[in-house]
Amino acid sequence: MGIDAGMWKLAGSSSSSSTCRRFHASSLGGSSGEVKALVVDDSRINQMLHHKLLDNLGVENLVVCNGKEAVDIHVSGKQFDLILMDIDMPVMNGIEATRKLRDMGIRSVITGISSHTLDHVKQEFIAAGIDEYHEKPLTSAKLLSILNKIKHKD
Amino acid sequence: MDVVQLQSRLSEYLKSLFNDGTLDGQFLQLQQLQDESNPDFVVEVVTLFFSDSEKLLDDLSSSLEQPNVDFRKVDAYVHQLKGSSSSIGAQRVKNACIAFRGLCEEQSIPACLRCLQLVKQEYLYAKNKLETLFKLEKQVVAAGGSIPSLDAGS
Repeated sequence: MGIDAGMWKLAGSSSSSSTCRRFHASSLGGSSGEVKALVVDDSRINQMLHHKLLDNLGVENLVVCNGKEAVDIHVSGKQFDLILMDIDMPVMNGIEATRKLRDMGIRSVITGISSHTLDHVKQEFIAAGIDEYHEKPLTSAKLLSILNKIKHKD
Repeated sequence: MDVVQLQSRLSEYLKSLFNDGTLDGQFLQLQQLQDESNPDFVVEVVTLFFSDSEKLLDDLSSSLEQPNVDFRKVDAYVHQLKGSSSSIGAQRVKNACIAFRGLCEEQSIPACLRCLQLVKQEYLYAKNKLETLFKLEKQVVAAGGSIPSLDAGS
Protein backbone atom coordinates (compact mmCIF):
# COMPACT_ATOMS: atom_id res chain seq x y z
CA MET A 1 0.00 0.00 0.00
CA GLY A 2 1.33 3.37 -0.92
CA ILE A 3 4.89 4.39 -1.37
CA ASP A 4 7.60 5.60 0.87
CA ALA A 5 8.02 9.37 0.99
CA GLY A 6 11.69 8.86 0.27
CA MET A 7 10.83 7.48 -3.15
CA TRP A 8 9.53 10.84 -4.27
CA LYS A 9 11.87 13.18 -6.01
CA LEU A 10 11.27 16.83 -6.61
CA ALA A 11 12.10 17.19 -10.26
CA GLY A 12 11.94 20.94 -10.53
CA SER A 13 11.13 24.06 -8.60
CA SER A 14 10.94 27.72 -9.23
CA SER A 15 10.04 30.90 -7.44
CA SER A 16 7.52 31.65 -10.16
CA SER A 17 3.92 30.70 -9.53
CA SER A 18 3.54 29.78 -13.19
CA THR A 19 6.20 27.09 -13.02
CA CYS A 20 5.19 24.03 -11.16
CA ARG A 21 6.86 21.22 -9.32
CA ARG A 22 6.54 17.66 -10.44
CA PHE A 23 6.65 14.84 -7.99
CA HIS A 24 7.68 11.50 -9.36
CA ALA A 25 7.01 8.12 -7.87
CA SER A 26 9.32 5.41 -9.00
CA SER A 27 6.73 2.77 -8.15
CA LEU A 28 3.98 4.23 -10.33
CA GLY A 29 3.05 1.90 -13.13
CA GLY A 30 3.73 -1.12 -10.93
CA SER A 31 1.22 -3.85 -10.35
CA SER A 32 0.39 -3.24 -6.70
CA GLY A 33 -3.34 -3.19 -7.44
CA GLU A 34 -3.76 -0.19 -5.15
CA VAL A 35 -5.31 3.15 -6.07
CA LYS A 36 -3.14 5.36 -8.25
CA ALA A 37 -3.89 9.02 -8.64
CA LEU A 38 -2.89 11.86 -10.91
CA VAL A 39 -2.94 15.43 -9.62
CA VAL A 40 -3.39 18.02 -12.38
CA ASP A 41 -2.88 21.53 -11.02
CA ASP A 42 -0.60 24.46 -11.85
CA SER A 43 -0.62 25.90 -8.32
CA ARG A 44 2.42 24.76 -6.38
CA ILE A 45 0.51 25.17 -3.13
CA ASN A 46 -2.26 22.86 -4.29
CA GLN A 47 0.26 20.42 -5.76
CA MET A 48 1.95 20.11 -2.37
CA LEU A 49 -1.35 19.89 -0.54
CA HIS A 50 -2.98 17.32 -2.82
CA HIS A 51 0.19 15.25 -3.06
CA LYS A 52 0.52 15.16 0.72
CA LEU A 53 -3.17 14.38 1.28
CA LEU A 54 -2.94 11.43 -1.10
CA ASP A 55 0.42 10.34 0.24
CA ASN A 56 -0.82 10.29 3.83
CA LEU A 57 -3.70 8.05 2.75
CA GLY A 58 -1.27 5.69 1.05
CA VAL A 59 -2.32 6.59 -2.49
CA GLU A 60 0.45 6.50 -5.07
CA ASN A 61 0.30 9.74 -6.94
CA LEU A 62 1.92 11.78 -9.61
CA VAL A 63 1.63 15.53 -10.09
CA VAL A 64 1.51 17.30 -13.44
CA CYS A 65 1.15 21.01 -14.14
CA ASN A 66 -1.53 21.34 -16.81
CA GLY A 67 -4.09 19.51 -18.88
CA LYS A 68 -1.71 18.79 -21.75
CA GLU A 69 0.69 17.00 -19.43
CA ALA A 70 -2.25 14.96 -18.12
CA VAL A 71 -3.18 13.94 -21.67
CA ASP A 72 0.45 13.25 -22.63
CA ILE A 73 1.04 11.00 -19.66
CA HIS A 74 -1.96 8.88 -20.70
CA VAL A 75 -0.71 8.79 -24.29
CA SER A 76 2.56 7.43 -22.89
CA GLY A 77 0.61 4.52 -21.43
CA LYS A 78 0.25 5.44 -17.74
CA GLN A 79 -3.11 4.71 -16.15
CA PHE A 80 -4.72 6.05 -13.01
CA ASP A 81 -7.77 5.19 -10.94
CA LEU A 82 -8.34 8.79 -9.93
CA ILE A 83 -7.55 12.11 -11.57
CA LEU A 84 -7.86 15.28 -9.48
CA MET A 85 -8.37 17.95 -12.12
CA ASP A 86 -8.15 21.70 -11.66
CA ILE A 87 -9.92 24.01 -14.17
CA ASP A 88 -7.75 27.07 -14.71
CA MET A 89 -4.32 26.04 -15.96
CA PRO A 90 -1.96 27.34 -18.63
CA VAL A 91 -1.40 25.47 -21.93
CA MET A 92 -4.57 23.35 -21.57
CA ASN A 93 -7.31 23.88 -19.01
CA GLY A 94 -9.04 21.14 -17.07
CA ILE A 95 -12.26 21.20 -19.06
CA GLU A 96 -10.47 20.64 -22.37
CA ALA A 97 -8.19 18.01 -20.84
CA THR A 98 -11.15 16.11 -19.39
CA ARG A 99 -12.89 16.16 -22.77
CA LYS A 100 -9.76 14.85 -24.50
CA LEU A 101 -9.22 12.12 -21.91
CA ARG A 102 -12.81 10.92 -22.26
CA ASP A 103 -12.47 11.02 -26.07
CA MET A 104 -9.39 8.83 -25.68
CA GLY A 105 -11.50 6.33 -23.80
CA ILE A 106 -10.00 7.02 -20.38
CA ARG A 107 -12.45 5.72 -17.81
CA SER A 108 -10.66 6.81 -14.62
CA VAL A 109 -12.69 8.67 -12.02
CA ILE A 110 -12.07 12.33 -12.79
CA THR A 111 -12.86 14.67 -9.92
CA GLY A 112 -12.95 18.37 -10.64
CA ILE A 113 -11.26 20.37 -7.87
CA SER A 114 -11.53 24.09 -8.30
CA SER A 115 -12.35 27.30 -6.51
CA HIS A 116 -14.92 28.22 -9.17
CA THR A 117 -18.35 28.70 -7.70
CA LEU A 118 -20.21 29.65 -10.88
CA ASP A 119 -22.83 27.12 -11.94
CA HIS A 120 -22.16 27.47 -15.66
CA VAL A 121 -18.46 26.68 -15.16
CA LYS A 122 -19.31 23.60 -13.08
CA GLN A 123 -21.87 22.51 -15.69
CA GLU A 124 -19.33 22.83 -18.48
CA PHE A 125 -16.85 20.79 -16.46
CA ILE A 126 -19.48 18.11 -15.79
CA ALA A 127 -20.44 18.06 -19.48
CA ALA A 128 -16.77 17.53 -20.37
CA GLY A 129 -16.84 14.28 -18.40
CA ILE A 130 -15.90 14.73 -14.75
CA ASP A 131 -17.57 12.34 -12.32
CA GLU A 132 -17.99 14.87 -9.56
CA TYR A 133 -16.98 18.37 -8.54
CA HIS A 134 -15.53 19.63 -5.27
CA GLU A 135 -14.77 23.19 -4.39
CA LYS A 136 -11.24 23.91 -3.14
CA PRO A 137 -9.74 23.45 -0.68
CA LEU A 138 -9.58 19.67 -0.87
CA THR A 139 -9.72 18.17 2.62
CA SER A 140 -8.98 14.71 4.01
CA ALA A 141 -12.72 14.13 4.48
CA LYS A 142 -13.54 15.03 0.86
CA LEU A 143 -10.70 12.89 -0.43
CA LEU A 144 -11.74 9.92 1.71
CA SER A 145 -15.25 10.20 0.34
CA ILE A 146 -13.90 10.18 -3.24
CA LEU A 147 -11.64 7.19 -2.52
CA ASN A 148 -14.47 5.26 -0.88
CA LYS A 149 -16.59 5.69 -4.00
CA ILE A 150 -13.73 4.35 -6.13
CA LYS A 151 -13.30 1.32 -3.87
CA HIS A 152 -17.03 0.58 -3.90
CA LYS A 153 -17.10 1.00 -7.67
CA ASP A 154 -14.61 -1.88 -7.87
CA MET B 1 10.13 31.26 30.17
CA ASP B 2 9.85 27.48 30.54
CA VAL B 3 8.55 25.13 27.87
CA VAL B 4 5.05 24.83 29.36
CA GLN B 5 4.65 28.59 29.39
CA LEU B 6 5.92 28.80 25.82
CA GLN B 7 3.45 26.12 24.72
CA SER B 8 0.62 27.91 26.46
CA ARG B 9 1.61 31.17 24.80
CA LEU B 10 1.69 29.45 21.41
CA SER B 11 -1.75 27.89 21.91
CA GLU B 12 -3.25 31.20 22.95
CA TYR B 13 -1.67 32.96 20.00
CA LEU B 14 -2.99 30.38 17.55
CA LYS B 15 -6.46 30.64 19.07
CA SER B 16 -6.34 34.42 18.66
CA LEU B 17 -5.69 33.96 14.92
CA PHE B 18 -8.88 31.92 14.63
CA ASN B 19 -10.83 34.34 16.80
CA ASP B 20 -9.90 37.38 14.71
CA GLY B 21 -10.61 35.51 11.46
CA THR B 22 -7.03 35.50 10.19
CA LEU B 23 -7.19 31.70 9.88
CA ASP B 24 -9.91 29.13 9.40
CA GLY B 25 -10.14 25.37 9.74
CA GLN B 26 -8.15 24.75 6.58
CA PHE B 27 -5.01 25.81 8.46
CA LEU B 28 -5.64 23.00 10.95
CA GLN B 29 -5.90 20.63 7.99
CA LEU B 30 -2.43 21.74 6.93
CA GLN B 31 -1.11 21.18 10.43
CA GLN B 32 -2.64 17.71 10.51
CA LEU B 33 -0.82 16.81 7.29
CA GLN B 34 2.55 17.62 8.84
CA ASP B 35 4.33 14.53 10.09
CA GLU B 36 7.79 13.11 10.73
CA SER B 37 8.36 12.51 7.02
CA ASN B 38 7.83 16.21 6.37
CA PRO B 39 8.23 18.16 9.62
CA ASP B 40 8.33 21.55 7.90
CA PHE B 41 5.30 20.99 5.69
CA VAL B 42 3.26 23.92 7.02
CA VAL B 43 6.16 26.37 6.85
CA GLU B 44 7.00 25.22 3.30
CA VAL B 45 3.43 25.63 2.06
CA VAL B 46 2.95 28.98 3.77
CA THR B 47 6.31 30.26 2.48
CA LEU B 48 5.18 29.31 -1.01
CA PHE B 49 1.94 31.19 -0.34
CA PHE B 50 3.96 34.29 0.58
CA SER B 51 6.07 34.21 -2.58
CA ASP B 52 3.14 33.45 -4.89
CA SER B 53 0.93 36.08 -3.26
CA GLU B 54 3.57 38.79 -3.53
CA LYS B 55 3.99 38.07 -7.23
CA LEU B 56 0.22 38.12 -7.77
CA LEU B 57 -0.13 41.41 -5.87
CA ASP B 58 2.62 42.94 -8.02
CA ASP B 59 0.89 41.64 -11.16
CA LEU B 60 -2.42 43.07 -9.97
CA SER B 61 -0.89 46.49 -9.26
CA SER B 62 0.74 46.55 -12.71
CA SER B 63 -2.49 45.48 -14.44
CA LEU B 64 -4.50 48.23 -12.78
CA GLU B 65 -1.91 50.83 -13.83
CA GLN B 66 -2.30 50.04 -17.55
CA PRO B 67 -4.10 52.64 -19.71
CA ASN B 68 -6.54 49.96 -20.86
CA VAL B 69 -7.17 47.71 -17.91
CA ASP B 70 -7.81 44.08 -18.84
CA PHE B 71 -10.41 43.21 -16.19
CA ARG B 72 -10.43 39.54 -17.19
CA LYS B 73 -6.74 39.37 -16.35
CA VAL B 74 -7.33 41.23 -13.07
CA ASP B 75 -10.11 38.79 -12.22
CA ALA B 76 -7.86 35.82 -13.04
CA TYR B 77 -5.15 37.08 -10.68
CA VAL B 78 -7.66 37.64 -7.88
CA HIS B 79 -9.12 34.19 -8.53
CA GLN B 80 -5.65 32.65 -8.10
CA LEU B 81 -5.05 34.54 -4.87
CA LYS B 82 -8.46 33.53 -3.58
CA GLY B 83 -7.64 29.89 -4.35
CA SER B 84 -4.25 29.88 -2.64
CA SER B 85 -5.45 31.81 0.42
CA SER B 86 -8.33 29.37 0.72
CA SER B 87 -5.92 26.42 0.45
CA ILE B 88 -3.85 27.56 3.42
CA GLY B 89 -6.79 28.85 5.46
CA ALA B 90 -5.96 32.57 5.22
CA GLN B 91 -9.60 33.46 5.68
CA ARG B 92 -9.43 37.25 5.75
CA VAL B 93 -7.32 37.35 2.59
CA LYS B 94 -9.78 34.98 0.91
CA ASN B 95 -12.77 37.13 1.96
CA ALA B 96 -11.08 40.28 0.65
CA CYS B 97 -10.52 38.47 -2.68
CA ILE B 98 -14.18 37.45 -2.87
CA ALA B 99 -15.22 41.09 -2.43
CA PHE B 100 -12.64 42.14 -5.03
CA ARG B 101 -13.95 39.66 -7.60
CA GLY B 102 -17.46 40.98 -7.12
CA LEU B 103 -16.26 44.46 -8.04
CA CYS B 104 -14.20 43.27 -11.03
CA GLU B 105 -17.49 42.63 -12.80
CA GLU B 106 -18.37 46.33 -12.44
CA GLN B 107 -15.09 47.24 -14.18
CA SER B 108 -14.49 50.24 -11.95
CA ILE B 109 -10.80 51.11 -11.61
CA PRO B 110 -11.18 53.19 -8.40
CA ALA B 111 -13.20 50.39 -6.78
CA CYS B 112 -10.63 47.79 -7.86
CA LEU B 113 -7.80 49.92 -6.47
CA ARG B 114 -9.61 50.18 -3.13
CA CYS B 115 -10.09 46.41 -3.12
CA LEU B 116 -6.46 45.84 -3.99
CA GLN B 117 -5.45 48.03 -1.05
CA LEU B 118 -7.64 45.97 1.25
CA VAL B 119 -6.28 42.66 -0.08
CA LYS B 120 -2.71 43.95 0.43
CA GLN B 121 -3.53 45.00 4.00
CA GLU B 122 -5.08 41.64 4.81
CA TYR B 123 -2.17 39.80 3.20
CA LEU B 124 0.43 41.76 5.20
CA TYR B 125 -1.58 41.25 8.38
CA ALA B 126 -1.76 37.49 7.78
CA LYS B 127 1.91 37.30 6.87
CA ASN B 128 2.95 39.14 10.02
CA LYS B 129 0.76 36.92 12.20
CA LEU B 130 1.95 33.70 10.58
CA GLU B 131 5.60 34.69 10.87
CA THR B 132 5.07 35.38 14.57
CA LEU B 133 3.35 32.01 14.92
CA PHE B 134 6.30 30.22 13.33
CA LYS B 135 8.75 32.09 15.60
CA LEU B 136 6.79 30.95 18.65
CA GLU B 137 6.80 27.39 17.35
CA LYS B 138 10.58 27.54 16.93
CA GLN B 139 10.96 28.78 20.51
CA VAL B 140 8.88 25.86 21.78
CA VAL B 141 10.93 23.35 19.80
CA ALA B 142 14.21 25.00 20.87
CA ALA B 143 13.11 24.67 24.49
CA GLY B 144 12.63 20.94 23.95
CA GLY B 145 8.83 20.96 23.68
CA SER B 146 6.43 19.69 21.05
CA ILE B 147 3.97 21.84 19.16
CA PRO B 148 0.59 21.64 20.89
CA SER B 149 -2.28 20.72 18.59
CA LEU B 150 -5.44 22.75 18.38
CA ASP B 151 -8.74 21.04 17.62
CA ALA B 152 -11.11 22.56 15.08
CA GLY B 153 -13.62 23.03 17.85
CA SER B 154 -11.22 24.85 20.20
